[in-house]
Amino acid sequence: MMIPLVALIRKDLRLFLGDRRAVIMSFLAPILIGAFFGYVFGGNGKRETSRIEVLMVDQDGSAISRGILTDLQASKSLSVKPAELAAAREAVRKGTATVAVVVPKDFGAAAGKAFFQPVDKPEIGVLYDPSHSAEQNMVQGILTGSVMQIVSKEVFNGPTGSTVVTDSLAQIAASQKMKPEDKAPLQDLLKSVQKFNARPKTETSGGGQGGLSVPYQIREEAVTARTGQEYNAYAHSFGGMSIQFILFMGIDVGIGMLLMRQRGLWKRLRAAPLSRSLLLGSRAISAALTSMLILAVVFSAARLLFGVRIEGSLAGFVGVCLAFSIMTASFGLLVASLGKTPDATRGLSILATLVMLMLSGAWVPAFLFPQWMQSATMFIPTRWAMDGLDAMTWRGLGFSAALGPIGALLLSAAIFGAIAVSRFRWEAEG
Amino acid sequence: MLAARNLRKSYGPHVAVDGVSFDIARGETIGLLGPNGAGKTTTVSMISGLLRPDSGEVLIDGRAVTGDTDSIKHKIGLVPQDLALYDELPARDNLEFFGALYNLAGARLKRAADEALDLVGLTDRAKDKVSDFSGGMKRRLNLAAALMHDPDLLLLDEPTVGVDPQSRNAIFENLETLKKRGKTLLYTTHYMEEAERLCDRLVVIDHGKVIANDTLHGLYKLLPVTNILSIELENPECGLRLAEVRAFAAVQSAELEAGILRIGVQNLAADAPAVLQWLVSNGYPYSHVVSDRPDLETVFLTLTGRSLRDS
Repeated sequence: MMIPLVALIRKDLRLFLGDRRAVIMSFLAPILIGAFFGYVFGGNGKRETSRIEVLMVDQDGSAISRGILTDLQASKSLSVKPAELAAAREAVRKGTATVAVVVPKDFGAAAGKAFFQPVDKPEIGVLYDPSHSAEQNMVQGILTGSVMQIVSKEVFNGPTGSTVVTDSLAQIAASQKMKPEDKAPLQDLLKSVQKFNARPKTETSGGGQGGLSVPYQIREEAVTARTGQEYNAYAHSFGGMSIQFILFMGIDVGIGMLLMRQRGLWKRLRAAPLSRSLLLGSRAISAALTSMLILAVVFSAARLLFGVRIEGSLAGFVGVCLAFSIMTASFGLLVASLGKTPDATRGLSILATLVMLMLSGAWVPAFLFPQWMQSATMFIPTRWAMDGLDAMTWRGLGFSAALGPIGALLLSAAIFGAIAVSRFRWEAEG
Repeated sequence: MLAARNLRKSYGPHVAVDGVSFDIARGETIGLLGPNGAGKTTTVSMISGLLRPDSGEVLIDGRAVTGDTDSIKHKIGLVPQDLALYDELPARDNLEFFGALYNLAGARLKRAADEALDLVGLTDRAKDKVSDFSGGMKRRLNLAAALMHDPDLLLLDEPTVGVDPQSRNAIFENLETLKKRGKTLLYTTHYMEEAERLCDRLVVIDHGKVIANDTLHGLYKLLPVTNILSIELENPECGLRLAEVRAFAAVQSAELEAGILRIGVQNLAADAPAVLQWLVSNGYPYSHVVSDRPDLETVFLTLTGRSLRDS
């Protein structure tokens, strides 16, 4: 039985490697597309992240509005330029700017008053590109911190602040609505601020000189395989693209079997004294070997070109790759058993594969999915493959973390295989 | 060598093969003849083990084929109607692959490939990819692939479909060589001239049933006439009346067209001289006589009432 088995596997591998289209699709495409997605999603950690394009429309021209502009321009996450309102709106509409911040006339004075009194708060307009809502939230957060700091600084130190405090004391004294027990402590606070502003300024004066600020600093650390190890987005993207193009190869395995039936080759194979398990098994083995070859080539390219390393267990990585390859082989047999004609089957199986890929996190990381979808996708075998490859590459986890994905992939392979064998049309058409 | 016993196969309500039975002796060449859709390919598929019959059995050397891996399959070589080859591989690699399926390896495999290539005349193209071959060359390689394991029984399912006359002739020469080597051939076709040239016996099948199983000579006997005499009259305007000719006992049929009198007779040796003598003695001299035999097309027409190629 070994001679026919080896001949069948050898023939499949020769046909695959001799097919230029298949080789390009299986080896080159995942490397090129993986490189693209890896770069877009942050590269290997050494690249400077891009800044959000923000336009600021200063209709106030006060010390406060100018201070906000200067503060925002100092942010390493933003690229802020001044602009007129009409131009800013047009830029956001065209997508050349992500967000435009509009500081209206008299904002500085109104913000100072609103700092101490329950008066109407002045509005800051935020025009944003709806396709970049995540960036808009980020800009709003930075803007809030900046405004708090600049307004408080002006109130406690600047000339605008002195005027605001004096005006506020007069308004409180004249207020009929305010209860006397509320007036007294607020007046004490404002008088203290007046005294604070009137004191001689020195270099070492602390407190409110710099305005209110967020009372903490953030120390960022990407938790990867080890301390100091930057996240390498190529690890995820190469894993995702490998999975995608190997599944496409799996479809080709199934379609190839349908073509064999159509071309009469299946008759020749069935006429030979070969068992059914040998015929299907040889096809599954050659598909799994092809898959392993693709994974080896693609991850070698990722290692050489983009520094992707197996930071976790090498045995776990090999185990996940092997389990995924077996799953792909079963998937190919499933396509062959459920399909009728090659053309009709190709379209349907590509659609099913794309859905599997979409839900696996191969294109966009699964954490971006809604919570229910994250739970539901645990039933998708490609999700386990993706998680397993991530765990063994950039997350740097041990062999035990590979056991779940390996088990899930082998279970999927068994289910696909059982359906394929039970539904396979063994008889050649008469 | 082969015995097909009451084979039956249905696809839903459609009965493709309905109780087909025939035998083939060792070294014999049988033509399985019938129009497209008659059930020939289904019958061959059941004989080669590709299809399980609904009922009936196939015996090879007195033994039924049991299971996919039955060693008796080594005795059968199948030449499918389709070109069952890998276009992307060279001719020799195709042959070695199909040989390996029958457990051939090493020197035995190489020798079998050499012999098969030699038989079909493709030795000098052994290293060329099949995709570069003409239709006729592919047909010859399709035949060679079935010979790799040196089977005793060759099942040939319309092996000349779509080839030019020259290639068809080449394939026929290959088959005649195999016949001389003692191989048993089952040859399905709907080309009468092929069956006439190659086969010792013919099994005519129509609508899934065997309607005749005899030698060529035996089938001709089923016809009302075995020969047609085409007699060119010296004087086309001689006033010959067909009723007079038809009344003559030896004449089975008579037609007159453009001075050519066509007369059907049952027994050429006895009837032809009598007919010619009658014409001369009744004042209808002739200048030329040709005797034709009816072909298998006529046989099929006689058996089914339909033309073979129109069926």
